[in-house]
Amino acid sequence: MNKQKLTIAISGLNNVDSPGPGIPVIRGIRESEDIEPRIVGLAYENLEPGPYMHGYVDKTYKLPYPSEGVDPLMERIRYIHEREKIDVLIPNFDSEIFVFIKLADKLGQLGIHTFLPTLSQFEERHKSNLPQYGEKYDIRVPDSRPVTSFGEIEDLVRQGKFSWPLLVKGKFYDAYLARNAEQARIYFNSVNAKWGLPVIVQEFIKGTEVNVVALGDGNGRTIGAVPMRKQYITDKGKAWGGITLDDPSMLEFTHHVMSVTHWRGGMELELIRTPQNELYLIEINPRLPAWVYLAVAAGQNLPVALVKLAMGQDVPVWTHYDIGKIFIRYSYDMICDLDAFRKLSTTGEL
Amino acid sequence: MDKKPFERPVIKKLNAGMPSKFGLQVRHEPITEIDGVPVSSLLERYGSPLFIYSEKTIRSTFREAFRAFSSRYPNVLFSWSYKTNYLNAICKIFHQEGSWAEVVSGFEYKKALENGVKGDRIIFNGPDKSRADLQLAVKNGSLIHIDHFDELYELIEVAKESDAKPNVAIRINMDAGIYPAWDRFGFNYENGEAWDALNRIMHCENLELAGLHTHIGTYIMSTEPYRIAATKMAELAVGLERKFHHHIRYIDIGGGFASKNTLKGGYYPGSDTTPSFEDYAEAIVSVLMKADFHPDHLPLLILETGRALIDDAGYLAGTVVATKRLADGQRASILDAGVNLLFTSFWYDHDIRPAKPVSDQTEETAIFGPLCMNIDVIRKSTIFPLLKKGDPYVIRRVGAYNNTQWLQFITLRPNVVLIDNSSQVHVIRREETLETLNDLESTPEHLNVHK
Amino acid sequence: MKIKKSLAISETGFVFDPSTGDSYTLNPIGLEILQMLREGNSREEITGTVTQAYDVDAMTFERYYFDFLGMLKQMQLVETDE
Repeated sequence: MNKQKLTIAISGLNNVDSPGPGIPVIRGIRESEDIEPRIVGLAYENLEPGPYMHGYVDKTYKLPYPSEGVDPLMERIRYIHEREKIDVLIPNFDSEIFVFIKLADKLGQLGIHTFLPTLSQFEERHKSNLPQYGEKYDIRVPDSRPVTSFGEIEDLVRQGKFSWPLLVKGKFYDAYLARNAEQARIYFNSVNAKWGLPVIVQEFIKGTEVNVVALGDGNGRTIGAVPMRKQYITDKGKAWGGITLDDPSMLEFTHHVMSVTHWRGGMELELIRTPQNELYLIEINPRLPAWVYLAVAAGQNLPVALVKLAMGQDVPVWTHYDIGKIFIRYSYDMICDLDAFRKLSTTGEL
Repeated sequence: MDKKPFERPVIKKLNAGMPSKFGLQVRHEPITEIDGVPVSSLLERYGSPLFIYSEKTIRSTFREAFRAFSSRYPNVLFSWSYKTNYLNAICKIFHQEGSWAEVVSGFEYKKALENGVKGDRIIFNGPDKSRADLQLAVKNGSLIHIDHFDELYELIEVAKESDAKPNVAIRINMDAGIYPAWDRFGFNYENGEAWDALNRIMHCENLELAGLHTHIGTYIMSTEPYRIAATKMAELAVGLERKFHHHIRYIDIGGGFASKNTLKGGYYPGSDTTPSFEDYAEAIVSVLMKADFHPDHLPLLILETGRALIDDAGYLAGTVVATKRLADGQRASILDAGVNLLFTSFWYDHDIRPAKPVSDQTEETAIFGPLCMNIDVIRKSTIFPLLKKGDPYVIRRVGAYNNTQWLQFITLRPNVVLIDNSSQVHVIRREETLETLNDLESTPEHLNVHK
Repeated sequence: MKIKKSLAISETGFVFDPSTGDSYTLNPIGLEILQMLREGNSREEITGTVTQAYDVDAMTFERYYFDFLGMLKQMQLVETDE
């Protein structure tokens, strides 16, 4: 069979101990039976491993950070496109998704296909909107409230609306488990100092964290979904080992999220399963996660499906995956020449 | 033989240890001219630093905003927020475009009158209106927006003393999903205080309830709070129709629209994240169009947005005073404009550009103002082109609040010029001199004896 | 001032210090000056070359020249026996 030749630009090449999804996504695409890819790496740092992994990445270009704004980024993509003629672009950093959603139409006009959530899908799933999200879509989420003073936390506990322990969270990042008022006061102050108001107080759901990687077609259909439990977690909270689960309730949960939100693109659901077997949504990551290759190995090549959806091709729905597949992450020291580092850092290309 | 342009030599360490500093370098496009007038010639002629306003940008921004609302709603009025920028020339451009005046003090009120605004086209907001202010506003038929009960009762007295029946509105504060909610101005919606005030006014023969006013906050980067605010305002208006068969004439949704500046701590530039006028208009108007107003009494929609209308039109140009190295090797550039002129640098990461062509080379740089005060920092750290002493720069988007909140501190305030639609330059505020300030002072005679 | 002999300086302005493992980039004028320093040129010679090729007077150049040397010192790219 003749393979379809596609040039695919991919970011998230920081395959370090807290890895980006770029290399695992590329690994999936490279195993495609009907796509012959040329992989164009999109990097930000001189020492992201991806650009030096020539078996995975054919050519790398550095990008300006999304914080520089959409215009410089678009200018750079144009430059790369003139040389590479990109068919599909897959951004893999959270901070990139927002800007590439904004650029999606412009990219489309150049013939660069993306498959991203809509801006409102992306915005409404922000952590600080979780309670509204749960209410709107009938999804079980932990109760959480924004507070602007420590006194409000004490009031919520006194009124019986929250009980110890509870989570004290920053607007954007950071979450601390406070077991009593004294701890809550300390965390409130430190989160406030770092992220400002409001500080989010969230009900602590006792249970096991479980995750789903999934791909939505944008019309409410789940193209594929694989549930996983982390078996080994690093001190940064990243999975170092995980196993696919036979759990119909997690798939049902995922199908519900997809069908009510019409999510378009890859996503990772972070869930907590309580001892009473209830599932709570903690967070939606708006992209495929770094452990996506486990899904590929279990029979669902979600990265390839994402590329095909981006190209407007029909993709069948997966219903099966292998249960009990395990991933164990390992690190490996590549040996590189100074000259490669010099090239990437001075010319922005490798 | 032509010599090559000189740039100062730099060496930069390449490292992986400092992410976020090294993505691909972005060019800092210089701003060499504003509306066709070279920045260097402006500095030469009017001195450095210098505030520069573009009349063209003011008018086009206003028209864009007005169109966003008027294309969705039949009855729209803008009222220029004097405190955002009360340079007379700036106010008069907005008045020419059809804006009324929105003032928050007796001083601003009189400024508006002197700018030729008719009394019945002035909206008088704010918590501090003196009895004399109220008397004047009543006499002129201005729209008085009541902030608290003390003012309500004082106004009832003033109205009784005169024969007039003043047009009033109350300012309403509410939970619009913004944290912290602004609750210090006006009457609260959720706890019923707003209805208490409305009942009091409706039962008072001397006051005419003309409208409802709210102003939910400042620099609101999302449109959702406006949707909530418009919903609550519409509920009150419809409630008044049901209870008193009284049709209010307007709903004043206030201001608070963000400009395209980047707030400190923001990851994405403001130019990418700030909602457009269309976005704000859609959120507000979609609610009003669905509300249960009597079809013959669709209220006028008033907007008091200031910042988003004027920020882009103002520039602060100046000259690099010096560059130096800090103890840890970091570069620092000292500009001739600091926090004294750029009050907004306390909350914005201002966009500073070279005003003449530069190379692509950049350095991580701290940008200081000229004051001998440690707080005079414009940017703590930014990737900046290699400017030298004497090089001109331009700071973008400084039109809002800086010319009202600037400080006469350590040094004098500079000229402000306006570039009109045909690129003619006009001084609209003269630079201060020692005499300007000494004129205000007097020294007791015994201190004039020199020993 | 003597530049460390072991520095690897490439045509593209990339500098590698094998004794520390650190890498640096230079702008074109910085590269020219570093190369002249390495060849043992004196301040007068460097000033002469630069002011001839570039639109800068000796007084102005001196300021930025010493600033640049300060950076090199701070980055420990000069021989320490001086």
